[in-house]
Amino acid sequence: MKMTPEEYGRLAQKASPPSPMGKNLLMAFLCGGGICALGEGFRLLYQWLGADEELAAAGVSVTLIFLAVLLTGLNVYDNLAKHAGAGTLVPITGFANSVASPALEFKSEGFILGLGAKMFIIAGPVIVYGTAASILYGLVLWLFRLY
Amino acid sequence: MDVLLSLLKAFLVGGALCAVGQILIDRTKLTPARILTSYVVIGVLLGALGIYPKLVEFAGAGASVPLLGFGNLLAKGVREAVKADGALGILTGGFTAAAAGIAAALFFSLVAALVFKPKEKG
Amino acid sequence: MASRKGKYTILFDDPPGIRASAAVGCAKEADGPLGDMFDIINRDSYFGQKTWEKAESEMQKQAVAKALEKAGLTASEVEAVFAGDLLNQCVGSTYGLRALGIPFVGLFGACSTMAESLCVAATFLDAGAIKRGIACTSSHFCTAERQFRYPLEYGGQRPPTAQWTATASGAAVLEKGDLPPFIRGITIGTIEDLGICDANNMGAAMAPAAAATLKHFFEDTGTKPADFDLVITGDLGQVGSELLRELLRRDGYDLEHRQSDCGMLLFDREKQDVHAGGSGCGCAASVFCGHLVPLLRQKKLRDILFIATGALMSPTVVQQGESIASIAHLVYLSSEKSGGKI
Repeated sequence: MKMTPEEYGRLAQKASPPSPMGKNLLMAFLCGGGICALGEGFRLLYQWLGADEELAAAGVSVTLIFLAVLLTGLNVYDNLAKHAGAGTLVPITGFANSVASPALEFKSEGFILGLGAKMFIIAGPVIVYGTAASILYGLVLWLFRLY
Repeated sequence: MDVLLSLLKAFLVGGALCAVGQILIDRTKLTPARILTSYVVIGVLLGALGIYPKLVEFAGAGASVPLLGFGNLLAKGVREAVKADGALGILTGGFTAAAAGIAAALFFSLVAALVFKPKEKG
Repeated sequence: MASRKGKYTILFDDPPGIRASAAVGCAKEADGPLGDMFDIINRDSYFGQKTWEKAESEMQKQAVAKALEKAGLTASEVEAVFAGDLLNQCVGSTYGLRALGIPFVGLFGACSTMAESLCVAATFLDAGAIKRGIACTSSHFCTAERQFRYPLEYGGQRPPTAQWTATASGAAVLEKGDLPPFIRGITIGTIEDLGICDANNMGAAMAPAAAATLKHFFEDTGTKPADFDLVITGDLGQVGSELLRELLRRDGYDLEHRQSDCGMLLFDREKQDVHAGGSGCGCAASVFCGHLVPLLRQKKLRDILFIATGALMSPTVVQQGESIASIAHLVYLSSEKSGGKI
């Protein structure tokens, strides 16, 4: 008896346990919220130290990126992410991890085509499409004199 | 008290934005790279529509730290650059605003790769 | 001589035997339920090498050296080695075995490679083309991750259906003679694809291939699962095993208490965070070489069917939207040279 892909797809879905949604959601919320609260703490600290709004915001990004890259190097970030899921993916720390992890991984293929080139395998599209979206927005602003 | 309230708002808003990402991971077949890319593009859109700046005002780092905030930053950069430099700002605005974050990620990662070695998980 | 039985199966009248076999593993494998079966355990996943790829080659080299040592042979006494692995161009095997000077037949069958290499080696032996051959393969968690998935330090989350690539290798020395266990027959698999696209659910993708090959074997030989002490699949894991039993049940074959899976045996799914079970060429290879061969030799098992399954896709075609094509090769082993149901 030959089974159709549709039939088998249904069978396979039934046999495949779903992700533990409730636990994953809670962990993502707690860890993601925690990272953001940490960022807010730094923001308030930098402002208290006299930084203006823009400088403080940039400082927060750079600080969190530094910490995420450090934790990636120390082999900690991936173990956090296993539990935190989107909680460590969505904050800017996830972006930093996506740059640092291939840099470490592909150093074995050399500094140019390994480390240097592969750094962008995950972060590349984020930069490409983010920039493209911003250019489209700029074009609209300029064409329609919205500034 | 103000400090605690700020931290709480950042925690709740940031946590909620991450929880939405988790639903996307678990319920759709979107890979993490696609989710990151979507977040940034949506962030640009929400920034352009003037919605996201209000959220940043309310939640501070709770809104600026998730990658939506990165998109919002790109939008803000373009808006200011077009105002100041006209057409050239269309191209320079986004990158200029994002420069600190991207440069930091690239440079720190380069240094980390020189110092550390990947290990097996667990 | 080999004789064809039915459409797909080849039976050997003078079946080749396995003179010796060896298994090499890493820390997680050593800590698993079958930890004691390994001849060599190296807790450093770099195996003293600079890169993961070199580590995998080193592991395969150690497995072959150990199997030769247990067989009391030197490399020059072996006429061909049949090997492959998961890496592009099978570099785990080629660089691991390049110093041996043994004629090399490179095979690609993804995680089915242990069964595939046994099939090819047994056929060469039966044809009289060689008098002694080695079948071996390996997989390494880290080389597989960086080639097929993400960098090791990338913070991703694995769904419950994902499987864990074993860092392990197995090698078996085959020759004609009276040393059990014997390879009595083989069924070469057909490429099967029931449209599963999720690379995090390999068990579901590969179960149809295992079902097809088993069905071919049972039909060709007129046997049923109950005629064998054990029907052991390569690495279907929890999800794939369940689907295999369901698929065969619909075809009228009851596997319920006969079937086991190397991926489910190698790791403790509850304690070792491997989700649906182990996978990778080295999973089936090490369980076969370290666990099943000794059980057959000690006659604790008599007749078994070893079916290693493999997913034949590459990241490129999956990104292009292709579904995951799979294969399963079957090896019928017995502690006796003749007799039994076939």
